[in-house]
Order: sequence, then C-alpha cells, then structure tokens
Amino acid sequence: MPDFDRVQAGDPVELTGRVLSLRDASAARLAAAIRNGEPLPVPLAGQIVYAVGPSPAQPGQVIGSAGPTTTARMARFLPALFSAGVTAVIGKGELHGEDAAAFVRQGAIYLAAIGGLGALLAKRITAAAVVGYEDLGPEALYALDLQAFPVVVIIDRQGRNFHEEARAQWRR
Amino acid sequence: VAVPVRDLNVAVLRDAVARLLVESNYNIPPDILDALRGAIAREQSPLGRQTLEQLVRNYEIAAVERLPVCQDSGLAVVMLETGQDVHWIGGVLQEAIYSGIREGTSAGYLRWSVTGDPTRRLRMRGDESPAVIHADIVPGDAVRLTVASKGFGAENMSALRMFAPADGESAIGELVVETVDRAGANACPPIIVGVGAGGTFEAAALLAKKAVLRPLTIRHPRAELRDLEAALLERVNALGIGPQGLGGIVTALAVNIEVFPTHIAGMPVAVNLGCHSMRRATIEL
Repeated sequence: MPDFDRVQAGDPVELTGRVLSLRDASAARLAAAIRNGEPLPVPLAGQIVYAVGPSPAQPGQVIGSAGPTTTARMARFLPALFSAGVTAVIGKGELHGEDAAAFVRQGAIYLAAIGGLGALLAKRITAAAVVGYEDLGPEALYALDLQAFPVVVIIDRQGRNFHEEARAQWRR
Repeated sequence: VAVPVRDLNVAVLRDAVARLLVESNYNIPPDILDALRGAIAREQSPLGRQTLEQLVRNYEIAAVERLPVCQDSGLAVVMLETGQDVHWIGGVLQEAIYSGIREGTSAGYLRWSVTGDPTRRLRMRGDESPAVIHADIVPGDAVRLTVASKGFGAENMSALRMFAPADGESAIGELVVETVDRAGANACPPIIVGVGAGGTFEAAALLAKKAVLRPLTIRHPRAELRDLEAALLERVNALGIGPQGLGGIVTALAVNIEVFPTHIAGMPVAVNLGCHSMRRATIEL
C-alpha cells in the first residue's frame, strides 16, 4: 500500500494488499455494532474499506464484476468506522461538506476507483472470501486481496479534495 | 372487417427478456462505445482521457470474456410496445417478464440487486427481481421489446420539477444544468442526459426514461429541439466535471430531449441521468 502520509489529492496510485468490502447494509450494521459496543465480525483497526457489492463469480473466477459503488450513500456511517480504526475508503463519487470533513478530522484518505469498470477491476482482485454478515448476500463483508488496483487520491491528509479542485480547473 | 389476431406465447417473451438482459449486461451498445472512443480524442484532461481509455478497455474485456460490464446490473426496465392485434397466450404476461429477469440474472451471473420491499421491513428471498414494466398498445400485430438495466448510481441523481408555463424552454436548461452539476462524479460520467418535458408529473418522468434510452446517434426530429440538445450538451460539458469527476470537458455524451403536450397551467420537466454503462437492447417479436 502507498504511504498515506505522502500521497496527494490527484495522485493515481495502485493498491496491493487486503481490504474489506463495504456496502449500504453492511455499513449500517457495522456502525450499529460499534455504537452498541457489540463484537465486530472482523477487527477494523488499520482497515481499508472498499465500497463494492460484487456480482457472483462464474466458475473458475475469483469474483464477478467488482467496481466501486457511490460512497456518499454510506457517508453517515463512516465516522463510526473511523473511530473503530478504518484508515482509508475506496469508492466512487464525490464527498463534500461534513462528509469530507470527517475524513480530514480522522486523517482518513478517500480513494476513488472508476465507476463502471467492474470487469477490468475484477482482474485486480486475486482472492475473495466472505468474513462476516453472510446473510447480506452481495452486501456481505468480503476480505478482498487487491493486486495493482488502480485508484485516484481524492481527499488527502492535508484536506485537499481533488473532485472540487478538478472541477474548478476545468470549468469554463 | 374482422382482423385476424396473432397469438403469441408469453414463453417467447420470457426467453427474449432473459437473453436481452444477459447480452445487454455483457455488451455495451455500439453507439455508446463509439461515443466513448470519440471522446478519448476530444478530452483534454490527461486523467479524464486515461479514464475513458480504461472504460473502453473494460467494455472490450466484458464482451470478449462474457462478464457483466458493471457489478450493478441494475433494476430492469422493460418497455413493451404491443400491437393491438396481438393476443398473449400460455400464461400471465407480467409473470413471464419477471421469470425472464430471474432466469437471465441467474444464468448470466448478474447480481441480485433488487429488494422486494423498499421499506426493507419485509424479509425477502432476494430473487423477487421484478422489472419496471411500461407497456404501450400500438397498431399492428408486432411486439417491440426493450430491456434496459438501469444502474442506480445515475438513477439516484435524477430530478423532476413542476415549472410555470412562463419559465418556458429555459426551464429545461435550468434543471438539466443543475441536475448534472449536483450529480457530479456520482452519476458515473460521462453520462447520458434524458430529458422529458410536458405531460403530467409521471408522464414527464417516463419521457425522460425514454429519452435516456434513445440511441446517441438519433437526434430529435424537430430542429429547435435538436439545437437545444446540442446547446445543453455544450453547457453541461462546460461544468468541468469530466470523466468520473476527475476534471475535463467530456461530462456527458449526449442530451436527449422528448416532449409531450401539457396543461396550459404547467411545465413539468424531468431529467433522468444514465451512466456511461447505459445497457439496453431492443428486438421485435
């Protein structure tokens, strides 16, 4: 994984290592468990979470299509996840205002993968296993091993927001 | 004069729905792929251009290896234009369509993305997989079937507003620009902007859906609406959002407008956004 202290908004980086999948239903359940002091299915300290609900693997595949989903829908649960130790979020789409400020306060990094790149990104996942909330189907918690998984840094530790900067730069 | 009725078995429809669902999820329509390839040459932002190249690469991989282009295989929208001389036999039409969606989702290894209960209170099996069905009765004895998979990244960013008649044509531009600006990267740009103007509240939304599903190569037959489509495309591409919100001049591939008569007291405008993976397929039965 890149050094999150050094990456800057707008940097394209490749991720190699293990991340945890996250989706609307699993994020809600994790946040509730953290709030209620209940045991978590997996430790979140130092975790990178990836907003994804993969399609089913075909025979011989590690995983089906596995591109990012919209992060903003889960933003309300992220402060709880940060308090439990999550250090970075991979997803797609924009975060502004309080949603973005929560990252900066916690020193968390926001990384955007390309939405609608599911077939290609599936090839950058070398292992996938359900590690919690199996009843949630595609929204279950998966441990995913990434190999040179392409993302762009959106919110860095200095609090820059690349979506906002890029828009300002290219607006005519 | 008695017109002969054409009997058509719903099993034919079921099988066609299943096949179109799978094929449209593996193969992006050629007009969209062409537009993306054309956008690579036009895009000035380096990150934007790289993103477009990756998208084209994704669609090539999906087609060759027969994979869903996106994990969000969407909520199926089935449009059925049925000739008034067609008589459906062999089962219940709606159940045949639902069965086709179920079969296609399973056989194509598509994600079960639909909850049977939007309140999330009922415990669902997960394969209820209804489709949103729009049926029109048309002259003749042919059936024209469109199956679209509507991903919700873009669907969530859509909008409808009831303007005043005095707002006129400028109401269309106002809602289009505001909606695309607010959607930003969330709608998975480069997007397709479907606009419905006129009718009633729900008619405007359906017009917008039909507009977003219209092939990019077809422009509106009315010259002034064709000009408006081009002008609005230029305005949304000036927003700077670019491919995936990484900055650039290709935010949308097309603005498609459909209109319908409306009340003298009203001006409903709906804007339905489609991501670059606008999966759709049409056949005649």
